[in-house]
Amino acid sequence: MSIPPSLPICGCFCLVFFYRCLSTMVGTYPLLSVQPMRGLVDEKIQVVVRNLPPALSVTLHSLHRSEDNDFWEAFGHYTSNDQGMVTVAKDASLGGTYEGAEPMGLLWSMQPVPGSRTGLSGHMTEGFSKQSPLATVVTERWYMAPGVCRIHIREHGVRGTLFLPPGPGPFPGVLDMWGGGGGLVEYRSCLLASHGFVSMALEYLSHDKNRTSDIESTTYFEKAFRIVQEHPLVMKDRVALFGLSLGASVALNLAAYSKDISPKCCVCISGSHVHRVNQAFSKVFRKMNKDGYKTRFDEEGRVVWRDFILPIPTDLGEKVDMGRIKCPLMLVVGEDDQNLATVESAKDMTQMMRAAGNEHLLTILQYPDAGHLIEMPYTPHFRASSFIVQQTGQKVMVLWGGYTKPHADAQEDFWEKSLSFLRQHLYPSPDSVPKAKL
Amino acid sequence: PTAVVRTTRATSPMLLLHPSRGLIDEKFSLIVQNLSQIQDITLHALIHSDDGDYWEAFGHYVSDATGFVNVANDSSLGGTYDGVEPMGLLWSMRPVPGSRIGLRLRKKEVHTPMVVHISVYRGHMSQGFREQVALASVVTERWYMAPGVRRVDITEGGITGTLFLPPGPGPFPALLDLWGGGGGLVEYRSALLSSHGFVSLALEYMTPRTSGGSTSHVGNEYFEAAFTVLKQHPQVCGDSIAILGLSFGTSVALGMAVYSTVIQPRCLVCVSGSHVQPVKGSLSDVFGEINKYVYYHMFKDNRVIWRDLLLPIPTDPTKKVDVGQLKCPVLMIVGEDDQNWPATESAEDMKQMMEKAGNSHLLTTLSYPGAGHLIEPPYSPHIRASNFMVAETKQKLVVLWGGETAPHGHAQEDSWKKILSFLEEHLYRSTDVTSQSNL
Repeated sequence: MSIPPSLPICGCFCLVFFYRCLSTMVGTYPLLSVQPMRGLVDEKIQVVVRNLPPALSVTLHSLHRSEDNDFWEAFGHYTSNDQGMVTVAKDASLGGTYEGAEPMGLLWSMQPVPGSRTGLSGHMTEGFSKQSPLATVVTERWYMAPGVCRIHIREHGVRGTLFLPPGPGPFPGVLDMWGGGGGLVEYRSCLLASHGFVSMALEYLSHDKNRTSDIESTTYFEKAFRIVQEHPLVMKDRVALFGLSLGASVALNLAAYSKDISPKCCVCISGSHVHRVNQAFSKVFRKMNKDGYKTRFDEEGRVVWRDFILPIPTDLGEKVDMGRIKCPLMLVVGEDDQNLATVESAKDMTQMMRAAGNEHLLTILQYPDAGHLIEMPYTPHFRASSFIVQQTGQKVMVLWGGYTKPHADAQEDFWEKSLSFLRQHLYPSPDSVPKAKL
Repeated sequence: PTAVVRTTRATSPMLLLHPSRGLIDEKFSLIVQNLSQIQDITLHALIHSDDGDYWEAFGHYVSDATGFVNVANDSSLGGTYDGVEPMGLLWSMRPVPGSRIGLRLRKKEVHTPMVVHISVYRGHMSQGFREQVALASVVTERWYMAPGVRRVDITEGGITGTLFLPPGPGPFPALLDLWGGGGGLVEYRSALLSSHGFVSLALEYMTPRTSGGSTSHVGNEYFEAAFTVLKQHPQVCGDSIAILGLSFGTSVALGMAVYSTVIQPRCLVCVSGSHVQPVKGSLSDVFGEINKYVYYHMFKDNRVIWRDLLLPIPTDPTKKVDVGQLKCPVLMIVGEDDQNWPATESAEDMKQMMEKAGNSHLLTTLSYPGAGHLIEPPYSPHIRASNFMVAETKQKLVVLWGGETAPHGHAQEDSWKKILSFLEEHLYRSTDVTSQSNL
């Protein structure tokens, strides 16, 4: 089974091939163009084929070789129109890894390349590596905009990577935290810096088992927050928390309980208030172990952990007191999350905030059929993947949930809205006119 | 070092530029937002060239009632360009004050982009940008090579050049890319053409290394060998090869197209050149002929004007290429203020010759008022004069190219679009030739 692609920070190459078999074409060359040729990961691409005979069956194929040397591909079946053109943004794919009019389908529907066999129709489904395409272009997808600076952070025991936008600043800041998979995941912070935020990707669960014991309390996160806040290029009162999964729980705990730091706003993706991570992590993991019996397995033997926090406790001591949140909060939830009961958590958080009178701070983005790992737009979705359990080092196949197309839509929509949300709350401006979108 | 005092500002201006990485001939959109209302600002662009020089451009703007400036719609009130000029920050660039004289901005290393720093400053400034802290800055990369384009050194067949190939299996139409009397191996235009789907061979012919550095060995066979290298390349469609020439490269293109039996281009693009040359003999003979009549017109700033050397256009047929024998479409591009070659007069004479011969339907001439000699890919800065070394004699001069900045900038943008269209039409779309592609 697949391992999630470690998408590189500096770019990934996506070859858009163009195949046709059988009938001959004399004297014309298909012209394939992809714009922009070098874009940010969250930018849309325009794929157009020209100079075809009309009503020709063609397959558009994309191929990416990850840093781990895995190959990912997507493809769509099209028929050229009367002018001999295929325009991916407007024309419907008749099949492949995606269908319908999907401008970005060649990216978000990518899957690992299976073993190949030759196919012999205008509409190909496999064996792409054995066929010669009619035309190829290469496009680069960057996390890092030109001028963004990457800085290694090892300060006061805090481990992370800081990304700075170009320019004199000052800029708003973000502390960016991933989930229980641990390690140091940089690409979201890099992309945030490409959008004008100073962002620090924080490592708080090291793959080195000996290190995790460093992080016993919230002081680690508070120190990390202050590193961002005190950076000369950062506006001190404009620092947000951005977290996914366990990172989202950390954000909620900090926002509710920290006396030392005050985030200006929070974005919490696929997280829950039921993890009291202001306790030592070792305590958190011991509790998770106790709940091990709640693990389920799906029909393919993949691990489903969503029941761990169910039922949502009524005891206030077992969840974050949402009434204490004083800053705007955006929750992002996938309704098919099989890893964490985020839908139920979001509902409970809403009720708590309603009762406490701070519900006006809350924005919820809830996406039907999206899974747990709501990541960067146009990056491939995978319903399950390999995961290493922190405390035991055990490797399991975890079910994250979600279905490809709705999950892709969720990633695209949430990213746009969370950038807007961050800008609205972190950029001081004389009025609240919506910003231009390029 | 000056201390930087950070005051809390009411607003945090933002610069939005798209695309942040583009090809050199792509337009970008540039917006400033979050300014105060009706605020004077200066947009500034800065390049640090491969040669170590700094080039800059700037425009003066006033934000609207919502604190926005949009370079695509708003007028620059002054600076190095004025009016509504979406790309003015690039094509109006000039060396910063205090630079060496006679500079020309040319990219030598095509694997790396031209990096442009774009900043917004408070007020309408015309100097002292280095000493001021900008309100905001972004960086954009401008590339000659699209992703996947490959660069190959060519030394086979006795020629010296660089080949650029688009990504993909091909086969592709191809171009023989000829620069002018300045010599050297100039790669960037070929890199850019390849980014548009053509195999392109940038040929060094004024001082080719393989011939011991002297043009006496460069005869028609040299160009025929270059053309053959293209024709025989496995990824080139041998029937779809064109020649693109600038300045002296135009002379070569026209001469070869008419008199060579080996070179049969599908079409020609001739920029800022002339058909006036002795029709027989090698390149060296041609230079010899021109040198006979060389005399300098010293302009008041000590700049050399060479446009008169070939005037008046001769009536003697042995002194100019018989363009009545051309069999392929020709696109002539001339700048009406060309001070280096009499491109306008030549184009006019060519038209008359072709009308007499009955093949004038092959000729398209684009004539640009206010444009000079060096009509390059778009958004490169215009220079009215620059340092020049005569390849044959190694003499160093300052040559007047001509042109005024704004019309020259527009000529580059318009002519390049039309060149690509013309090439696409004749090389990619023509159906009256048997295709050797794998279709």
